[in-house]
Amino acid sequence: MISEQLVDLSRLQFAVTALYHFLFVPLTLGMVWILVVMESVYVMTGKAVYKDMTRFWGKLFGINFALGVTTGITMEFQFGTNWAYYSHYVGDIFGAPLAIEGLMAFFLESTFIGLFFFGWDRLSRPKHLMVTLLMAVGTNLSALWILIANGWMQNPVGAEFNYTTMRMELVDFWAMLFNPDAQAKFVHTVSAGYVTASTFVLSISAWYLLKGQDVEFAKRSFRVASAFGLASVLSVIVLGDESGYTVGEAQQTKLAAMEAMWETEPAPASFNLVASPNEAAGKNNWAVEIPWVMGLIGTRSTTREIPGIHQIKDKNRIRILSGMQAVQALEQLRRNPQDAAAKQNFEAHKADLGFGLLLKKYVVHMDEVTPGILQKAVDDTIPRVTPMFWGFRAMVGLAALLLALFVTAFIGTLQTRCEDMRWLLKWALWMLPAPWLACELGWFVAEYGRQPWTIYGVLPTHLSVSTLTPGNLYGSLAGFVGFYTLLLVVEMYLMVKFARLGPGSLGTGRYRNEPSTTHPVAA
Amino acid sequence: MLDYPTLKIIWWLLVGVLLVGFAVMDGHDMGVGTLLPFVGRNDLERRVVINTVGPHWDGNQVWFITGGGAIFAAWPLVYATAFSGFYWAMLAVLWALFFRPVGFDYRSKIHDATWRSTWDWGLFIGGAVPPLIFGVAFGNLLQGVPFGFDDSLVSTYTGSFWQLLNPFALLAGVVSSAMITFHGAVYLAHRTEGIIQQRARRAGLWAGILMLVAFSVAGLWLARSIPGYVITSLVDPAALSNPMAKTVTREAGAWFANYHKAPLTLLVPALAYAGALLAMALLSLGRTGWAFVASSVAIAGIIGTAGVAMFPFVMPSSSMPNASLTVWDSVSSKGTLGIMLVATLIFVPIIIFYTAWAYRVMAGKVTAAYVQKNDHSAY
Ligand code: HDD
Ligand code: HEM
Ligand code: HEM
Repeated sequence: MISEQLVDLSRLQFAVTALYHFLFVPLTLGMVWILVVMESVYVMTGKAVYKDMTRFWGKLFGINFALGVTTGITMEFQFGTNWAYYSHYVGDIFGAPLAIEGLMAFFLESTFIGLFFFGWDRLSRPKHLMVTLLMAVGTNLSALWILIANGWMQNPVGAEFNYTTMRMELVDFWAMLFNPDAQAKFVHTVSAGYVTASTFVLSISAWYLLKGQDVEFAKRSFRVASAFGLASVLSVIVLGDESGYTVGEAQQTKLAAMEAMWETEPAPASFNLVASPNEAAGKNNWAVEIPWVMGLIGTRSTTREIPGIHQIKDKNRIRILSGMQAVQALEQLRRNPQDAAAKQNFEAHKADLGFGLLLKKYVVHMDEVTPGILQKAVDDTIPRVTPMFWGFRAMVGLAALLLALFVTAFIGTLQTRCEDMRWLLKWALWMLPAPWLACELGWFVAEYGRQPWTIYGVLPTHLSVSTLTPGNLYGSLAGFVGFYTLLLVVEMYLMVKFARLGPGSLGTGRYRNEPSTTHPVAA
Repeated sequence: MLDYPTLKIIWWLLVGVLLVGFAVMDGHDMGVGTLLPFVGRNDLERRVVINTVGPHWDGNQVWFITGGGAIFAAWPLVYATAFSGFYWAMLAVLWALFFRPVGFDYRSKIHDATWRSTWDWGLFIGGAVPPLIFGVAFGNLLQGVPFGFDDSLVSTYTGSFWQLLNPFALLAGVVSSAMITFHGAVYLAHRTEGIIQQRARRAGLWAGILMLVAFSVAGLWLARSIPGYVITSLVDPAALSNPMAKTVTREAGAWFANYHKAPLTLLVPALAYAGALLAMALLSLGRTGWAFVASSVAIAGIIGTAGVAMFPFVMPSSSMPNASLTVWDSVSSKGTLGIMLVATLIFVPIIIFYTAWAYRVMAGKVTAAYVQKNDHSAY
């Protein structure tokens, strides 16, 4: 049987490397559009300051992009190295969007980013703008395809199990493509990226304004960021609500855990603004409730019920019992594919196969299942409530703070001389980490909330791993942590250095901190 | 509609095309990375070398990423078994690759000799290690890899990392390293002038000779003492994918059976030799552009030679031969293969089109004067 230590280490490694990848992704996703906006203004007005803005923010973008690429390759490898059974079991479906992502998106962004940096003198202005635009389209398409892949893990539509090949197979490509979960995730996640990049430009510009450095440059950047940021933060909130709705449709366990809903309430359910979930007792010690709101968000109706955790568990118990039959029938079929009785039994219980597999965490054969083991498997179907509940609330809280910031900043740039509103500038500066925090929390909620499944309802996490030893995992995890720490130090050093230098680092002769001739700061 | 056996064959060819695409495109900038510390003797020279691939390395690297993605989509069991079986080898490739994005982008941002030479060696590792390991991996595939499956098709690798470093595999690594270095040298000679070009040309000729010698020795070795694999049961190319449904044995000379059966396939190794010799001749004549085309043909020939020898095997198992992965029984479903074929046929021509455009925009020699003039924007 697969050791729990191996599973935990594999999960930890995936979580560490994915969360790390997503430190760089959102800035890339949003920055490309900010660059498109700035460069468009340059092409239309011909004002050099807009070219400088594109190039300077582009330089910071490049420092970030390098690590986005570095850490992305890890992700691409890791399904094979660490999740081999997963890769076999769902590769027929999951591999396709990943490969198409390469063909359609990575090639585009990676080819044109080279021309973005090196093509300034070799391309006409409109052509260079087109290059920037194609780079932006490429990065955002990459988010689309990877989120189609990830959306399918959350809501595995258009696929069916085949007992001869012993894996899931694609039956409806379009269903996978237009999976509502994937659509909701895509728009929410790219908007989150736009918020991140806006906050980045806003904060650093605010810092220049506070220091009185390169004021004209900084003011324009601040203005672009506040407008783009306001639109994005509105969209992230509206589309986050959409994500909540699709979660309610596809993954009742996740929604119930996020909301600490232990019991099914009569529709429309109330919303726990804050609460103290008590996992052991299966209830909230106390809760501040807002009537109706949960039902409206979760179902978009006043009449449909949202099931609570206890009710979901009761249903899952029945599915696990049915799944046991499926697993047994499958084993018979693997031995003798002609066994008609087994085939019939399998077809009858096929839909619950994944639930039966949950038991494999504890037993090798289904006849070893005891009531105690059954209960453990049932309990496993619910992710832990407390981290889900607070993780979600923290993301939403940060959204509120970001909304307030961007509304204020936008009004600020419309009316007054924003360089005089020092409190606003300071606030903007301090908000710099907020969007990253919200993004990481969002992924935590989405992925931890999917547990105990890698493919929701289909493949349990503990079966998905490669047959490695825990020693292998300790080694590779140490390697990743070591490398990533080093890379982060280097990246932060350069980022801070060039952010401090400001547009002077371009060496155009128009800004502060121009590099002296003896110490040229290149690229 | 194409039938399942045809799709399986097409995907074998397409994976080959993507591998060759990777070796030709990413290969030349990896070759440049390998040569960097040797042909560039001071900072300015090294910047010239780096800027020959500066605008393109990232796009080229996507051949590698997409190759991995395509294997995942078309041959999921191969992706799963090879990546988890070769765990430490894959991590070594991955960690070596880490040095490239940051090396290229960060190196010249700081004006400090130690900083820069550290990244230069990083770029060397990122260029030299992956081709070496891929060659070693190929050498192991030709000998068979110790892995097997249980009833639910969970794969287990039963060898160790060190076992991968056997003499024949190391020789295959030399073939691969020399091939990529040769190709990189040809490209470098094409994009530079003066002393750097001279050094690149000299390095290229040596690497070319090494490549041909090692390739020939590996071929002889394979013929004399490395048994191949054959399927002994009846093959139904239209069957659903299940690697445990056949029987396989090892047999001396089996890797040459395809060449006997279809002598026309001997053209593939012939291309390897012809391409390499032609590339070396053109390189010494200074016709570097055509030399690049010829060395690309040589690469296709070398990779193709191994591919034809092994067909239909992709990853034979030495410890449980029946579990060997082949193009017939380790593939995705018909539907997925069909969809991925359509996607590939649409996008690969588009990719080739804009990649060619990008190279055209940046065409011309990279010179010291160019680097000095663009001190702030060049790598
Ligand atoms: C929502 C967006 C998003 C998400 C969830 C992921 N990525 Fe990512 N990835 C990007 C968005 C992105 C990007 C914006 O396109 C990046 C980040 C920065 C960059 O340079 O490109 C990128 C880079 C990037 C690269 C390098 C591409 C290149 O060389 O240009 C690879 C191979 C991956 N990613 C693979 C993955 C895999 C296998 C993921 C899943 C586990 C994953 N990414 C999650
Ligand atoms: C870059 C953004 C992402 C982040 C930050 C992220 C975060 C996480 C986290 C925190 C876990 C660990 C959950 C746990 O074990 O408790 C996890 C697991 C996992 N995620 Fe994601 N994820 C991201 C994107 C993706 C995508 C796009 C996919 C697939 C396309 C994916 C597939 C997986 C898999 C296979 C696991 C391991 C199995 C598991 O533990 O559930 N992740 N991820
Ligand atoms: C009122 C505001 C918000 C709501 C209601 C909301 C809602 C949600 C929900 C329900 C999920 C889980 C989706 C799933 O499990 O599939 C999620 C995920 C996520 N959230 Fe939010 N969110 C909000 C604000 C934000 C903000 C401000 C950011 C970042 C700037 C952010 C970034 C993310 C990310 C990166 C994910 C993971 C990707 C995904 O699953 O879509 N969210 N959000």
